[in-house]
Amino acid sequence: MKRALKTIIAFALLVAVWEGLVLAKFWSPVLLPSPVDVGKYLIDSIRDGTLLKASAITMKRLGLGYAVGLVLGLPLGLLIARFRFFQDTLGLLALGVQTLPSVCWAPLALLWFGQTEAAMFFIVIMGSLWSITLATDAGVRNVPPIYARAARTMGSRGWHTWLTVILPASLPFVVSGMKQGWAFAWRSLMAAEIYITVLTGFGLGQLLHYGRELNAMEQVIGIMFVIVLIGLLADKLLFSPIERFMHRRWGTAK
Amino acid sequence: MELKFFCREIFLRFFSILLFLTWLPGLSYLRTMNTEFHYRSEPAEKLAIESVSKTFNGRSGKVHALDQVSLNIKEGEFVCLLGPSGCGKSTLLNIIAGLDPPDSGQVLADGKAVTGPGRERMVMFQESALYPWLDVLGNVLYGLKLKPNLTRSERRKVAHFYLKLVGLEKFVHAHVHELSGGMKQRVALARALAPNPRVLLMDEPFAALDAMTREQLYGDLQEIWGKQRKTIVFVTHNVREAVCLGDRVILFSRSPGKIQDHFDIALPRPRGMNSANLANYAAAIDERLKELLKKEQGELNELKVLNG
Ligand SMILES: Nc1ncnc2c1ncn2[C@@H]1O[C@H](COP(=O)(O)OP(=O)(O)OP(=O)(O)O)[C@@H](O)[C@H]1O
Ligand SMILES: [Mg+2]
Repeated sequence: MKRALKTIIAFALLVAVWEGLVLAKFWSPVLLPSPVDVGKYLIDSIRDGTLLKASAITMKRLGLGYAVGLVLGLPLGLLIARFRFFQDTLGLLALGVQTLPSVCWAPLALLWFGQTEAAMFFIVIMGSLWSITLATDAGVRNVPPIYARAARTMGSRGWHTWLTVILPASLPFVVSGMKQGWAFAWRSLMAAEIYITVLTGFGLGQLLHYGRELNAMEQVIGIMFVIVLIGLLADKLLFSPIERFMHRRWGTAK
Repeated sequence: MELKFFCREIFLRFFSILLFLTWLPGLSYLRTMNTEFHYRSEPAEKLAIESVSKTFNGRSGKVHALDQVSLNIKEGEFVCLLGPSGCGKSTLLNIIAGLDPPDSGQVLADGKAVTGPGRERMVMFQESALYPWLDVLGNVLYGLKLKPNLTRSERRKVAHFYLKLVGLEKFVHAHVHELSGGMKQRVALARALAPNPRVLLMDEPFAALDAMTREQLYGDLQEIWGKQRKTIVFVTHNVREAVCLGDRVILFSRSPGKIQDHFDIALPRPRGMNSANLANYAAAIDERLKELLKKEQGELNELKVLNG
């Protein structure tokens, strides 16, 4: 409780200093608007529904794309770890493509899917899929061989060993890969939304883009604030619980 | 607090379902397993090791880990393999388990050649090899779940029975990392015993423990063995441990790994570590061991002289 209070006070101070500096005309409000203006924009846009609608659209793109990345990435990673052939082909491809910032897919996505949701999904999937695949592969490789040997003496074979030993044993790696995949997906979606105008719906990135076009810096900063907030929430609600669960199980907590 | 707990539950469930979905094809395979049935006090198995050899091509050249090792073990016998570090004891144990194939020779279990690992021959490894993502009960249940034709409640009953046997009934739901080294090895023992194997292969299971815990476990192991006569092959490099536990002590020498001597230990059970008779046996074996080591050293020196 005390910690939370301290955090809140620290941030309140920061905002107060910011407001103070704007009031003292330290810089032109065109360059960096006051927090009050940003707040006003946020409240207005919540009232007229644009912000919530844009957030919903963005979250839908992200959630679906990420889920597909996860469902494809896990088996692909296992495949790479299991078979030498896939390691030499798919593994190499994944390693190479992973270094590619996924907005680079935007031109192709536009060409293939047009200005549609599908293009957005594609970019999100490309952003998350490869890092999840590679993390799963790394996780499997780091499983101590003695776990599988012990399972085999107890009568476990093939698929069963993979399902009940290799997969859970690689969970710490897989989860950190999922987290990285999430971060990549989030970044690539924002870049794509700013870069591409999709006719089927306006996400947060598009709102930010229009803020810039209109020279409405309070809108730009307000949207940035929302983006940060969503990222934080995802981390705290989605990944922290899993990580805490694992720390408790594995005994790796500090 | 409530809300946090709730969210955690929801997301954990969401993710487990997601992970699960990616693996449906694997599951369908699972259903096809588990066909044979044998449970209830299974008879011990006799083992015949027939001129087994194994060489490793390590970074420091060829290592002749086992050279034409032959050994017969009666059903229900408690045999200790004793020898200096690196003489191939673990290698032999893994071959008996079916985890690694020999280069030549074979292992027969009740007359049938061992071609792979199986739950008739359970292994207790040098490290505990427990699964950290399962709790104590889950670890013991793992092997039982692979035994066909057991109901859920039967499995739980068996697991609880063995956890009680090793004195851990209070730690059924503990995480693995919350256990001490000795407790971990007890869980590993329970896990190895629970599927009721016919042979128990133990690779220095108590080496990392303190003397007091170890002595306690010697007592437990002898008691369990007295009740359910399994064939036990116990690897150790501790002479007193070997004499305390074994009906027979097999002495190994190094490079190449070879059997040098057999000692029958005709002492009444249960044996305490501190009896005078035990000390006599230990002294005799110790002497022989030192002799062997000296000979090995002599041969090494000779080699050095020969090589200039
Ligand atoms: N995978 C391997 N690759 C190369 N050499 C190996 C391998 N496994 C074992 N060896 C070698 O084989 C020999 C026997 O090893 P082993 O593990 O059976 O010894 P050990 O008798 O169990 O020793 P310890 O009492 O120290 O456990 C050693 O010299 C070791 O270096
Ligand atoms: Mg060993």
